[in-house]
Amino acid sequence: MIKSYAQLRAETAARDRSLREKVMSLEDAAALVQDGDHVAIGGCTVSRTPIAMLWALIRARKQDLEISRSITSTEGDLLFASGASRHIQTSWFSQGIVWGVSKVMRHYTESKQARFEEWSHMSMGLRYRAGAMGIPFMPMRSMMGSDVAGQLADIKPFDCPFTGEKLLLVPALNPDVALIHVQRCDAYGNAQIDGLQFMDGDIAMAAKRVILTTERIVSNDQIRRAPDHTKIPFIAVDAVVEVPYGCAPHECYGLYEPFFTHLDYYAEITTRDAAGGVREYLDRYYYAPKNWAAYLELLGLDNILSAARRGRSIYDV
Amino acid sequence: MSRNGSYTASELLAVMSCRLLKDGQTVFAGVGIPLLAATLAQRLHAPGLTILFEGGVLGPFVVAGELPPSTNEQRCTRRANMLLTITDVLLLLQRGYVDVGFMGGAQIDCHGNLNSSFIGDPAKPKIRLPGTGGGNDIASLAQMIVAMKHEKRRFVEKVDFITSPGFLDGDTSRRDSGLVAGGMYRVVTDLAVLGFDDKSKRMKVLALHPGVVGRSVQDNTGFDLGIGSDVPATEPPSERELRALRELDPDRLYIA
Repeated sequence: MIKSYAQLRAETAARDRSLREKVMSLEDAAALVQDGDHVAIGGCTVSRTPIAMLWALIRARKQDLEISRSITSTEGDLLFASGASRHIQTSWFSQGIVWGVSKVMRHYTESKQARFEEWSHMSMGLRYRAGAMGIPFMPMRSMMGSDVAGQLADIKPFDCPFTGEKLLLVPALNPDVALIHVQRCDAYGNAQIDGLQFMDGDIAMAAKRVILTTERIVSNDQIRRAPDHTKIPFIAVDAVVEVPYGCAPHECYGLYEPFFTHLDYYAEITTRDAAGGVREYLDRYYYAPKNWAAYLELLGLDNILSAARRGRSIYDV
Repeated sequence: MSRNGSYTASELLAVMSCRLLKDGQTVFAGVGIPLLAATLAQRLHAPGLTILFEGGVLGPFVVAGELPPSTNEQRCTRRANMLLTITDVLLLLQRGYVDVGFMGGAQIDCHGNLNSSFIGDPAKPKIRLPGTGGGNDIASLAQMIVAMKHEKRRFVEKVDFITSPGFLDGDTSRRDSGLVAGGMYRVVTDLAVLGFDDKSKRMKVLALHPGVVGRSVQDNTGFDLGIGSDVPATEPPSERELRALRELDPDRLYIA
């Protein structure tokens, strides 16, 4: 499962890393993802989740995607229920603690229709970091002695060659595609991320291809005025899609908070009937709308305004 | 939630665990009661408590009435000293910057091992739970305070699955497995404050909450606690503590 270093280098060498425009539609970006690809999802839990790109992948009827993410929320339910994925590697998987244990996650994993492969949070981070560093593994000091480690086939206990201490080696993750949503980037893919960065920088540098969705596209001049704010460089980016409210109903730092009323509604219909509720949700919000604007219309202007007012309030103090 | 006198079980948990945090410490707090109790401690006796959240936050001061629904949500970042990546904030545990790890638990055993992954046989579980998150990393690397409801089905002789390691099989087994730092320090419940025997690493009762007798703690525990007759009682939550707590969580997101 670890890519050979020769392959990793060859894949990077083969990419067009020139300063060129990469702006495209959600649908064209979705076409860059192949069935069976390992897709890493940026953000964490209900924060800066690239919902619009996942929405486009599910609408394009992608199959058998291998998913990885730091922590997985409602998007994991939808990937399982739509058949887009049957395997997610992550550290925690449920809608969010205030909504209880996800009935959809339970339905698909307990019936073995799909697999939730559990890694510790830090091990996921170190695996992406190893991938970003171009090395095949990372040593770490947690997970030892636990049943989390006991269930994982791809880890190795290791005695440090310098000190003799017991360590655990975790394998690098080099995703085929990284999906990352940002507050702003330019047409070349220089991305600025406000607030919490999660694992996105490492995920981007570990991946073979990076698809950025962004709240807005700014000029390259604006990027060059504050290059210290660039968190992902254009050389690593393959597609740029401008999608306002591209995380809805999840959060995008400083712009909008989670759409709580909508997430309560989602919890309610999936708690009542996991398989039926999630199918109803997919039909209504994923398959029926003719485009992203129509999806946002369904979420409702009052919900959008509430999320935006709360989101921007982070800068009030 | 059943009310016990003039406060709920969750309020009792938050106040009792808050008292264990000391000014000047660095605490890695999970979502729920730990987040609430750490934030409460900052307002009561520990204004210099440095909180870490796994979303990548160092030293925040969460706003009353705006409690975050996860430790990755923007409300966690209020008045923070620094935002960093998830991986880097977790590495502070490994580097040794964290005095206390503080989290909740679904199931715990006599050696303080926590399960938040599977109820029943992991190969054929009755319930698939959400999993470790940062729990395994925190419990592997820091001295731990756990806050949880005291019920027989939650306090078991041996957990179905060790998600976050306590003292494993007791004695020196934790250290022998390679976990050379940290370990369980206190378990705070709505009935008692518990600790661990220095040598055997088995759980024992250190103090009983107001109005609680030893027998009711034993009756709600699935293993023998060997409770003596001379266990001290904790001070009941004060009006000041409860008022500050309710100001923090007026919507009763975590203290319902």
